[in-house]
Amino acid sequence: MTTIRLQHEDFDAAAEVAALTRARNDVGAVVTFAGICRGAEDGEPIAALTLEHYPGMAEAEIARHVTEACTRWQLKGVTVIHRHGRLTPGENIVLVVTAASHRQDAFAAAEFLMDYLKTRAPFWKQVERAGAAPTWVAAKTTDDDAAARWDARRKSREAAE
Amino acid sequence: MKVLYFAWVRERIGRAEEEIDPPAAVRTIGELVTWLAERDEQSAHAFENPKIIRAAIDRSHVRPDTPISGAKEIAFFPPMTGG
Repeated sequence: MTTIRLQHEDFDAAAEVAALTRARNDVGAVVTFAGICRGAEDGEPIAALTLEHYPGMAEAEIARHVTEACTRWQLKGVTVIHRHGRLTPGENIVLVVTAASHRQDAFAAAEFLMDYLKTRAPFWKQVERAGAAPTWVAAKTTDDDAAARWDARRKSREAAE
Repeated sequence: MKVLYFAWVRERIGRAEEEIDPPAAVRTIGELVTWLAERDEQSAHAFENPKIIRAAIDRSHVRPDTPISGAKEIAFFPPMTGG
């Protein structure tokens, strides 16, 4: 079961977990990752983040990575919800829920999906600070490195096969 | 073909989308970036560092050497910062 939603509205992580596990007994592990808007970036307080996205491509790109996750790990269900628009500190930004029979698959798939969401899903964050013009968040090379290690794992696995 | 711009690429160019009709000599994404950058000052500013510009054709990521023939929708944007 796969659910992908892009929305401005908030989400309820507990309700999403319940929806993935309801009326079934083959799920033994659920991993939930929620990304939340911090009150400061680089030590400077922020007023809000505004997330711009590419409608149509964002859904397609997330779906491609969910499909890839399902080929790498034994998953019983995946939910990805990404918010857009203006979000203030403390608000939810993104939710990834992975359900599997065993925890290793659920943990790995959730981390894989987040690493790719950071670097491949067409979203851009703009930071608002009191008394200053909004600025675009620069991409972090550490995020690229985090995503690249999954490519390296796939290559080494393919080489071994 | 339709071209879309996002984030600071959109801001620098001053519009979110437009219809373009590049000459036949413009064959790849990289060549299209060069052609667009030569149009005006705003575009030159948006594409001043082509290496950091990301592109998509029909809603899939592509590299600069990807041919643009047959593309319906091409998008240019900065490195992504979602999640």
